Amino acid sequence: MSIEMAMMGKASADDRPATTCDDVECVMARPASMTDKLMHYCPGCTHGIIHRLVGEMIDEFGLLDHTVGVCPVGCSVFAYEYFQCDAIEASHGRAPAVATAVKRTDSSRFVFTYQGDGDLASIGMAETIHAAARGERITIFFVNNGIYGMTGGQMAPTSLIGQKTTTSPSGRIAETTGMPIGVCELLSSLKGVAYLARVPISSPKNINTARKYMRKAIRAQLENKGLGLVEFLSTCPVQWAMSPIAAMKHIDNTVIKTFPPGVFVDRVDPVDATSTPMPAVAHTGAEA
Amino acid sequence: MERLDIDVRRCKGCGLCVEFCPKHCLELGDGMNAIGYHPAELHKPEACTSCSLCAEVCPEAGIRVFRKKKGKP
Ligand SMILES: Cc1ncc(C[n+]2csc(CCOP(=O)(O)OP(=O)(O)O)c2C)c(N)n1
Ligand code: SF4
Ligand code: SF4
Ligand code: SF4
Ligand SMILES: [Mg+2]
Repeated sequence: MSIEMAMMGKASADDRPATTCDDVECVMARPASMTDKLMHYCPGCTHGIIHRLVGEMIDEFGLLDHTVGVCPVGCSVFAYEYFQCDAIEASHGRAPAVATAVKRTDSSRFVFTYQGDGDLASIGMAETIHAAARGERITIFFVNNGIYGMTGGQMAPTSLIGQKTTTSPSGRIAETTGMPIGVCELLSSLKGVAYLARVPISSPKNINTARKYMRKAIRAQLENKGLGLVEFLSTCPVQWAMSPIAAMKHIDNTVIKTFPPGVFVDRVDPVDATSTPMPAVAHTGAEA
Repeated sequence: MERLDIDVRRCKGCGLCVEFCPKHCLELGDGMNAIGYHPAELHKPEACTSCSLCAEVCPEAGIRVFRKKKGKP
C-alpha cells in the first residue's frame, strides 16, 4: 500500500507532498522555521540536531516574524541558510556584540546567537563574558564539541585533558595548556545571567531535555530577565575520528566528567530571593 | 500504512536512527542517493510504533513520522 501522508495542518519546511487523510496525523516533521536546504554538515554531526531544535523553538514560540539570528564563524558559519528568519553573519567570536546591538536597537526582536566553542570560548571569550555581565537580553545557543571542527581539528579551550587534536597530537596536557574552560561554571557568578544550562546531545532523552532548557533560555529574554545560554555537549565525529554513534557514547562516558550537565542559573522561575533578575536598561533605540 | 517517511535526498547514512530505534525497525539500505550515501530504510514497518525517536536523533531533520489518530482504529 502506498504511503498515506497526513500533515493535518502541521506547518513544515518540507517540500515533499503532504496529502491529507482522515485517520492519520503527523507527529514529527521538519520545523517550518527551517529552510528546505540540504545542510552541509558531516554525517551524524549534532549541529543538525541543534538546528532542528532552534527551528522547533521559533515555531513553538511563534517568533519567526521578529527573530534575528546571529551566526558564527566555524562549521555553522552557514547556519543562516537553514533558518527562515533574518540573520546576520558576525565576525569570529563577535556574535554577542552584534546581538547586543540588534537587541538594543529594536527590543521587540527575539535575538539569538548560535556559536561554537572556538568562537564563543576562545576568540570571542571577552564578548561572551561582557554580554553576560551586562545582562544583555539575548539568547545564546552554544555548541561545545571540544574542538575547532571547521579548520581541521585544532585544540580548543574546551578540549579535554588527554584529547588528541592536530595541535595536541600526543593529547592535551594541563601543564602547558591549562585545564578545559567550563563556560557555564565561568559565567555562573555573573548577575546579568538569567538562565544557564548544559545538556549532552547524546540520546533522544537528552535531546528532549535540551528543549526544556532552550524554552527557559528563550523566556529569559522574552520576559526581560537577562541573558540566557544553553551549552550543548556536541559531537564532531570527523575530527574526533569516531563514528557518529561512538561519538555520542563518548559524550556520555567521558565528556560529561569534565563538563557536568545541569542547570547552573535559573532566574526565570526563581526559587529563592537571591535569584532576582538584574534591572533592565531601557533600550528603545528611539532616543538616538 | 507506512508510519515513516525518510527523506532519501537528505539522508547521510549516519546510522543514528538505526541505533536509537527501540524496535529495531530501521536499517541502512543498499541504494545510493545523489549525495553518495546509503539512506536509511524502514525494513520492519509492522513493528514501528511511531515513537519518533528516529526523527529526534536525525541530524538532517529528514524523518517525518505519522500515526493513526486515536479513537479511529
Ligand atoms: C578572526 C579569525 N580568526 C581565525 C579564523 C579561523 N577559524 C575559522 S573557524 C575557527 C574555529 C571554529 O571552531 P568552533 O567555533 O569550535 O566551531 P566548530 O567548527 O567546531 O563548530 C577558526 C579558528 C577566522 N575565520 N577568523
Ligand atoms: S567538522 Fe565536525 S563539527 Fe564540523 S560539520 Fe564535520 S562533524 Fe560537524
Ligand atoms: S518511529 Fe520509533 S519505532 Fe518507528 S522507526 Fe522510528 S524509532 Fe523506530
Ligand atoms: S538519522 Fe537521518 S541522516 Fe542519519 S541515517 Fe537516519 S535518516 Fe539518515
Ligand atoms: Mg567546536
